[in-house]
Amino acid sequence: MAAVPESRGRGRFGGRPPGRGLSEQRLGWYLCAPAVVLMLAVTVYPMLQALWLSLQSYRITDPDARRFVGLDNYVLILSDSLWWQNVGVTVLITVITVAVELVLGLALALVMHRVIFGRGVVRTAILIPYGIITVVSAYAWMYAFSIDSGFVNSWLGLTNYDFFSQFGSSIFVICLSEIWKTTPFMSLLLLAGLAQVPEELQEAARVDGATAWQRLWKVTLPNMKAAIMVALLFRTLDAYRIFDNVFVMTGGAHGTETVSLLAYRQMISRTAVGLGSAVSVLLFLTVVLIAVLFIKGFGTDLSRARGER
Amino acid sequence: MRLRANLGLVIAACLIVIYALFPVVWMLMLSLKADAQSPGFFPANWTLQNYLSVFRSGLFLSALRNSVGISLIATLLSVVLATFAAYAIARLDFSGKKLVLSMALAIAMFPTISLVPPLFEMWRTLGIYDTWLGLIIPYMSFTLPLSIWTLSAFFREIPWELEQAAKVDGATPWQAFRKLIVPLAAPGVFTAGILTFFFAWNDFVFGISLTASEAARPVPAALAFFTGESFFTQPAAQIAAASLIVTIPVIVLVLLFQRNIVAGLTSGAVKG
Repeated sequence: MAAVPESRGRGRFGGRPPGRGLSEQRLGWYLCAPAVVLMLAVTVYPMLQALWLSLQSYRITDPDARRFVGLDNYVLILSDSLWWQNVGVTVLITVITVAVELVLGLALALVMHRVIFGRGVVRTAILIPYGIITVVSAYAWMYAFSIDSGFVNSWLGLTNYDFFSQFGSSIFVICLSEIWKTTPFMSLLLLAGLAQVPEELQEAARVDGATAWQRLWKVTLPNMKAAIMVALLFRTLDAYRIFDNVFVMTGGAHGTETVSLLAYRQMISRTAVGLGSAVSVLLFLTVVLIAVLFIKGFGTDLSRARGER
Repeated sequence: MRLRANLGLVIAACLIVIYALFPVVWMLMLSLKADAQSPGFFPANWTLQNYLSVFRSGLFLSALRNSVGISLIATLLSVVLATFAAYAIARLDFSGKKLVLSMALAIAMFPTISLVPPLFEMWRTLGIYDTWLGLIIPYMSFTLPLSIWTLSAFFREIPWELEQAAKVDGATPWQAFRKLIVPLAAPGVFTAGILTFFFAWNDFVFGISLTASEAARPVPAALAFFTGESFFTQPAAQIAAASLIVTIPVIVLVLLFQRNIVAGLTSGAVKG
């Protein structure tokens, strides 16, 4: 910290001595360099590597047959109905979870914003799903719905209904676990937005005789639009990458395989590096597309946003 | 009217607490079941046997060691690097500010699974596949964005003029830094550390893809492989016991630092 340039009594906002700008410039880059280099080394470089690998036919178990095949892997994937089915499942899960989380998260945020008695308890409790390991959440919900160790069947009066024997009910439990675990994050982002809504506006609307419901729709929500968009963007990107819950609960059985699971299966289980890389590149492009859609299409203002994950 | 609204709020608050704790209580009940094959919420026969079995299993203990070690090291390193960068962003006048912040944001949105194929290849070439280092590096780079954003939001709030004032009063730069700046910056650094730790502790994608043995496999990955491998009969209750053990650190951190975590998750979003 000794290297920090001092203001030399002229104040931070006063005139700066000549030469200071340059050394500050250099120090700024030195301090950021380790973080920047590390972030680039683990994302940009491997992504380029994946792009290169995706143009090859290459399986680890058969390295001699490695050869350059151009876009063949992409043609193979995009013409396969399995890929489109996985995309459909992923989109389905994303839409269901994000929509439910927005409504539920908003309700949680409204309560947390207004509750005074027990505020600390509520905020502490809500952080537990946020902090819990996703795999643990997946097991908790899976066992709750399982035939031999669960309680849901007996609570609902269903005798031996196997929730994981078919597509619809499997997706239901997967979404339930995902929603339980990630709604707190959504609600905390929305809580920050709620705090930005001017109290005077609420008061004015109340004086004018607006009902609580009208105030929510006409005053609160329009004033926190930016926070809602940012929360939606982060959760949509996150939901589209869903992996842990599906892996633990069904492993992709009964048509529940998602895009992330497909990438994993090609790469790790089948050791098809070329094909797995191509799936990864396609997944990456989809995520970029979603981000661009939110930022350009819906005008999400990211200067208000922040990093998560 | 007021009273009714307040009562409604209290009930809503209770519902939130139940919502958050219900699955945890369920896992506790499941872990205490003597016969995991018996349906129902509460155990028919209570036992602590499952915890004993989990602790006797070498697989779980090595996974726990890996998780604690890898998460703590990654957190420490990530927070140190992020502190340097955030200090520069909050305090110094340099042209790369916006660039670094946008880059961090872009990386926060990166689909981690996309990196599995190339990292798998690279780590095998470099010989760090299935090692602690092989997980620490990706954990660091994926938590840096969060730490940088949180810390620069915190650092912007610190009244740095105090440092100047202390020096005028005769304090050495080191004294001014240690007595004034460190106590003010510590909550932010703590927050970044906790959020980083949660990410590393939670990770599953890298955990199963970049490890192959007990040498580095962390808890979430080990949990997924418990089934059928180490416990041939009734793994449910033992998985529940193991799950509950690894949830304890989360609960302790949340209880101790609730205020910091909420501030960390909401602070950056508030700044216009």
